[in-house]
Amino acid sequence: MKIITCVKRVPATTTRVVIDASTKSLDPTGVEFLLNPYDEFAVEQALQVAAAHEGSTVTAISLGNAAAQKELRTVLAMGADDAVLLTNDLALDADVTTTARILAEAIRGREFDLLFFGKQAVDNDAHGVGPAVATMLGVPCLTEVVKFELDGDKVICEREVEGGREILESPLPCAITCQKGLNEPRYANLKGIMKAKKKPLEITEVDLGAPALEVIDLLPPADRPAGRIIGEGAAAVAELVDALRNEAKVL
Amino acid sequence: MSNILVLLETRDGSLRPASLEALGAARKTVDELGGGTVTALSYEAFDADAALLGAAGADNVLIAGAAQHSAEGAAATCTRVAKELGSVAVLLAASVRGKDLTARIAAGLETGCVPDCTAITVADGRMVFTRPIYAGKGMLNARVSGAVAVASLRGNFFAAASRDAAAEIGETSAEASKSVVREVAAKSGGRPDVAEANIVVAGGRGMGDADNWAMLEAIADQLPGAAIGASRAVVDSGIRSHSEQVGQTGKTVAPELYIAAGISGAIQHLAGMNNSKCIVAINKDADAPIFTAATYGIVGDINEVLPVLAEELSKLQN
Ligand SMILES: Cc1cc2nc3c(=O)[nH]c(=O)nc-3n(C[C@H](O)[C@H](O)[C@H](O)COP(=O)(O)OP(=O)(O)OC[C@H]3O[C@@H](n4cnc5c(N)ncnc54)[C@H](O)[C@@H]3O)c2cc1C
Repeated sequence: MKIITCVKRVPATTTRVVIDASTKSLDPTGVEFLLNPYDEFAVEQALQVAAAHEGSTVTAISLGNAAAQKELRTVLAMGADDAVLLTNDLALDADVTTTARILAEAIRGREFDLLFFGKQAVDNDAHGVGPAVATMLGVPCLTEVVKFELDGDKVICEREVEGGREILESPLPCAITCQKGLNEPRYANLKGIMKAKKKPLEITEVDLGAPALEVIDLLPPADRPAGRIIGEGAAAVAELVDALRNEAKVL
Repeated sequence: MSNILVLLETRDGSLRPASLEALGAARKTVDELGGGTVTALSYEAFDADAALLGAAGADNVLIAGAAQHSAEGAAATCTRVAKELGSVAVLLAASVRGKDLTARIAAGLETGCVPDCTAITVADGRMVFTRPIYAGKGMLNARVSGAVAVASLRGNFFAAASRDAAAEIGETSAEASKSVVREVAAKSGGRPDVAEANIVVAGGRGMGDADNWAMLEAIADQLPGAAIGASRAVVDSGIRSHSEQVGQTGKTVAPELYIAAGISGAIQHLAGMNNSKCIVAINKDADAPIFTAATYGIVGDINEVLPVLAEELSKLQN
């Protein structure tokens, strides 16, 4: 099997966001960046499928700035065979369609049976890169998968939707976006980290082209009107119910 | 004359409520653009209610009549119809299915997309889309560069129109798909989905044992249409199902009333609920960050507060 997994370097979700007005984006000063947590499920699934099919290869591809080599080394340390960094200084802020277009161009020249993505990158929360890449490549995509099974040349997956569960089926080749619960991602151990240093990591400069989104501005969210502590313990409940009824008028 | 296309979401032949909100958003936007039409499209067969869809904002409805949902088929059909109509925008609900479809449709139309929008405005004759990023710590305002914009809409941020008009019902063909949805297993429980409910009663690690959740269920029982929500800590420990997780990586909710019991209020949790109209926090730690987001707070132990709350609410019901 030829397996490709697409990963992203993202700011930790606990980051205190300082907006840089000149770039209309996050000021990266002092921000901790890491491998997108959902991509860990994607890498793990790719490695599990590869382990079950002798002769498989797992290639990790990332669109990122030069620093994103760190996240690709993590993926190599987890067990991927090789990695490709498509690099541009503005890559981390590229919109969904642009990101997908560049990843799809890079994948187009390669053979693949399966593409694994995280269900969302936790910076932009767009949920779109996997399905967009698949659409551009003309292959099916099954999203937010919590169960994955390969049955011959058919993939059978499950996902949760509002008020229900769906069973999705697709022929190979196809793309999968991974949801928490799919597997337990492995940690890169010391041996893996040592090995990763010698694995191929190809770096290619890319042009982002014309963006599909024109950012007007990025603003801090509006503050919520200040609330109040009604009181302590069970004694405060009657007043709470009264406020919900007569002040907030939500009951 | 502009056209906005709304891709409807149906399940088991019935329309999801978020689709009506998308129709209302489309109507308002078309009017602000100087007038035009709103077309609703359903990939799957369903028995469209011309009066309901017309009232919500649709001028006409196209039904592709597919036997089953398929993201591939729905996106390809929507892409084709948007091209045929020369639509200036495609709008849909930011549900699990909607999030899956948004970027595909944009890819098909070779344009940009704005997932999970909380507002659409028109300035100088162009649509401006607002969406939260970085776990809600930044609000992005953007225009789509292409001739057609694709956007999914966060639930409870847009309202269905209330027009006195019936939609005209027509047909279109459904594009084929290599992937299929084999089975849709409905979840039992009888409560609405947390993302669609008007009232959410949510619990966190502070709820303690699974048995204690009966106290939250008892409160939800007193509030018609209430859903149960949970923090990720509780979902990770297996006490509640992932479908109930509220937050940046769970569901985003904006109900009229959100009750948070034993939830600390981590930024990733707040990202999923801090747009709720009224937030009630019950936590024994007066310094818990949830109180900064709360409209009303009670500092106290859930074991003491929740049973009394259920009782007070039941008095209201009777
Ligand atoms: C990438 C990423 C994504 C995440 N996504 C989400 C997400 O989508 N949703 C989410 O919820 N979290 C998410 N998290 C996790 C988040 O950071 C917190 O860990 C989680 O929300 C904490 O859940 P909690 O408030 O239930 O638990 P805790 O933080 O442990 O808080 C428990 C609270 O209960 C109170 N308490 C304890 N006992 C009682 C009692 N008897 N009576 C009253 N109060 C009591 C305590 O004072 C405390 O405030 C994410 C984290 C990461 C890194």
